[in-house]
Amino acid sequence: MKKYILPSIVLSIVSMLVFVVIYTLIVWGIGYAVAPNHGNGEVVTVNGKVVGYKLVGQSFTQAKYFNGRPSSTTPAYNAASSGGSNKGPSNPDYLKGVQAAIDTFMKYNPTIKKEDVPVEMVTMSGSGLDPDISPKAAMVQIPRIAKERHLSEEQLTALVNKHIEKPFLGPAHINVLLLNVDLDGLAAK
Amino acid sequence: MLPDQAFNTAISFLVNCDLQHYSGESAATYFTQLAVMMFLMFVSAGTGLAAAAILMNALKLRTTTQLGNFYNYFIKSCTRILLPLSIVLAVFLMINGMPMTFHGKDTITTLQGDTVQVSRGPVAAFVPIKHIGTNGGGFYGANSTHPLENPNYLTNFILMVSQCILPFAIVFALGFYLKKHKFAWMVFGVMTLGFLCLVIPTVISEVHGNPAIIKMGIDNSSGAMEGKEVRLGAPASGYWAIMTTVISTGSVNCMHDSTMPLSGMNELWAMMVNCFYGGKGVGFLNFYVFIIIAVFMSGLMVGRTPEFHGKKIEAKEMKIASIVALWHPLLILAFTAFACFVYVHHPIRYAYWLNNPGYHGFSEMLYEYTSSSANNGSGFEGLGDTPSKFWNVTCGFVLIFGRYLPIIGQIAIAGSLAGKKFIPESAGTLKTDTVTFGVMVFAVIVIIAALSFFPALSLGPIAEYFSMR
Repeated sequence: MKKYILPSIVLSIVSMLVFVVIYTLIVWGIGYAVAPNHGNGEVVTVNGKVVGYKLVGQSFTQAKYFNGRPSSTTPAYNAASSGGSNKGPSNPDYLKGVQAAIDTFMKYNPTIKKEDVPVEMVTMSGSGLDPDISPKAAMVQIPRIAKERHLSEEQLTALVNKHIEKPFLGPAHINVLLLNVDLDGLAAK
Repeated sequence: MLPDQAFNTAISFLVNCDLQHYSGESAATYFTQLAVMMFLMFVSAGTGLAAAAILMNALKLRTTTQLGNFYNYFIKSCTRILLPLSIVLAVFLMINGMPMTFHGKDTITTLQGDTVQVSRGPVAAFVPIKHIGTNGGGFYGANSTHPLENPNYLTNFILMVSQCILPFAIVFALGFYLKKHKFAWMVFGVMTLGFLCLVIPTVISEVHGNPAIIKMGIDNSSGAMEGKEVRLGAPASGYWAIMTTVISTGSVNCMHDSTMPLSGMNELWAMMVNCFYGGKGVGFLNFYVFIIIAVFMSGLMVGRTPEFHGKKIEAKEMKIASIVALWHPLLILAFTAFACFVYVHHPIRYAYWLNNPGYHGFSEMLYEYTSSSANNGSGFEGLGDTPSKFWNVTCGFVLIFGRYLPIIGQIAIAGSLAGKKFIPESAGTLKTDTVTFGVMVFAVIVIIAALSFFPALSLGPIAEYFSMR
């Protein structure tokens, strides 16, 4: 019995040391050197003040900002407890909720037509923290923001176009936080 | 974390399933995440690779009772394969913005003036082994949908590659080891055919979107976006959903509960079959059982003695193979039936179990046991499993039974064949490296899976699909 138990215990302790302590320290050390913000997560600052993390979406509900996607966390965009709605596609209560979201979106942006409401603006993201919206979802909000901020639609269209990220692979998207930070800057001018 | 939840979590990470009945950022400390979850992700993956090496030895050595030293294979798997790959991947992920810090939550004031806490943590150490080891347990509750756990499309792509790299490699390692390259291509071909049959319809149905939302008349060009992220998009999410279920990873980059009915069905199929690629080592072990059955059946069909690589397959091996092949459906269906029985008799007390009514609610229960038995770990997360003693305990048992009993059977077949007399190949030998035999294996897999699971699937996703048309 001793022949089998003892090596197992030694193996457990050694692997614990290698895979938990040494491995973590190596990764942490490299991260400190190469990762943005020493591995603490890339932050976005305005006048030296941290206003958010680039990758973590935040709630934009005010009419003067480009709004992000609906979030199912409580409260919305709770970056300490991520998760999706987990609503099934045929759930009748869920479909009522989507219909209500469409109605709200159209009331909020009265100039747009129903067939222009982007589906991602009325469905909840998987993490509840989606930092991005599609270019179309930003474009449809321009008339509202132009009115709120007394800016021209051309100025805003140029701003949105500047923020479209089109990666080599994958869908085009816009980081809502960065867009809104620039929007504040544009309005302040 | 409550005792029943801890019971479930410990087993789940031990058996390389990583089913999570808790939310990473709120229910576990950094110490637990690293010293328990991450540690078990390394060693359970190493165990799987060691088991695969033992099986290869059994197939290679002509007549033997010595199949190699477990400690030797285990240490080599962990330090020569898993550790270096994880470090390289971690560096890539950190450059793309994944945090690696021991500072706790950060409190910030947003542009709108709300105060929010942002969870960070040693994510970049945790995530590489989660995929390299096909474990799949997320650092955050939202797993790889979380922007800090999967920052962009490129990381999504690399994480997808990193989870299939070892299961693919095992198949070719086998061919290399046995000097039977054609045989390895046959196995890989069957697995890929199965994968394509599942992934193509899934991507199509996700890109097409939810028919009930299309009827509302909005711009549906992004596809089914409920539970998905804009930077990843519907096609990559559908692709990942099948990749993570055919391989036993179980990490998710979209909420499977919100995927379309046919996608949900294909995710279930992938785990029910559980041998198209499969987890490292274990996937081939499951495939091996189907090969044994296919050899036996085709032997009977053409009137030849069933032989596999010079070893005669007899009643003993066939009995074990049949039990192993039927064990997985038995676990899934019996426990799902039991859960339905309990739910139907106490619909008010257990109302919190199901997040969705009707057919989809049934799918949620079926998915949970399928994922447990297949050691996958993804979930229809609407299921109220976190506070439920019933789900924590029953899934805990399914996890153990689903992982270890089949391995005993598979290794027993290998051991029994290894001890047999080697018969040199002759003109009368059934060739196992041909397209014909590949089709045969594929047919055996499909027939066994369809006979076992079609009734259950037609009550869940198939019924839901037709109800939505």
